Amino acid sequence: MPFMEKELKAVVEDIKKRFGARETEFRGQVSLISEPEKLVTIAQSLRDDHNFEMLADLTAVDYWPEQTKRFHLVCQFNSYSRKMRLGLRLPLDGNRPTVDSLSGVYPNANWHERELWDMFGIRFEGHPDLRRILMPHDWEGHPLRKDYPLGYEEVQFTFNYDEIDLRKPKPKE
Amino acid sequence: MGIEQKLGSMGVVTHRLEDLVNWGRTRAMWPMLFGLACCAIEMMASQASDYDMSRFGMELMRPSPRQSDLMIVAGRVTRKMAPVLRRLYDQMPAPKWVVAMGDCASCGGVFNNYAIVQGVDEVVPVDVYVAGCPPRPEALIHGIMTLHEKVKAEKFTDWG
Repeated sequence: MPFMEKELKAVVEDIKKRFGARETEFRGQVSLISEPEKLVTIAQSLRDDHNFEMLADLTAVDYWPEQTKRFHLVCQFNSYSRKMRLGLRLPLDGNRPTVDSLSGVYPNANWHERELWDMFGIRFEGHPDLRRILMPHDWEGHPLRKDYPLGYEEVQFTFNYDEIDLRKPKPKE
Repeated sequence: MGIEQKLGSMGVVTHRLEDLVNWGRTRAMWPMLFGLACCAIEMMASQASDYDMSRFGMELMRPSPRQSDLMIVAGRVTRKMAPVLRRLYDQMPAPKWVVAMGDCASCGGVFNNYAIVQGVDEVVPVDVYVAGCPPRPEALIHGIMTLHEKVKAEKFTDWG
């Protein structure tokens, strides 16, 4: 780790020791990899013991068609007082994964978790209000999953215009 | 040396009421501000001094649907925006017209995905489609001129 600063190294070593996380580094950006059950305790420790005041991002990646560890939950923590950044990556098992909600530790996780539920179908236990945030409330499916259909309507060309025109929704006066 | 000479001494000119009303409608067709994406920039450009749509009696972009006759849907309409679009259309007083400006409003354009309505003609009846991504102000003005031609040919009985 040529670029990692001493202070950040101490944090990483502490988390590794207490929670059994692994660490990766890509171009000087340090991330920890851990199990989803430890999400809340690690975040609590980062906030209270290591001055990471801010949850900068909470997002996910879908590695479909891989089924075991299909989704990776990705958190990004910032510390303004100590000028540090740290990533946390949690591989989740299965098609309908469930994680404990971070919104008790970082209140801004609330909307991020709603977005993750909306787009990926990751459930957050203990979330105060887990509704869809971007899509209409009666929408079916989770659009950012890799197995979600890419286009939602067939494209009309001259050769299939009439055929598709029959199925196209029409406005009422 | 203009209309005064044609009027003659009586100050009367005879004309078909239908043509006169349609002429009036084309000469004061206030568009509603409905810029949704990059097409809105071109719509603003066609309002600004170079292209100046006020030459055609469209100097006022109305922010209220109740004061507008023409809805220029400039940009992509998302699934969540579609009910809003329809509601604004319903609030416009008749007679009313819709121009689908640009590829996204006409057919979804490059955005064939879960978020975008594949053409506003699924939500409101469209009179003129303007192609382009985004269309230049000339194209938009051409579309509006086309609409004017269409309006001039309208019959009272059709509105009935």
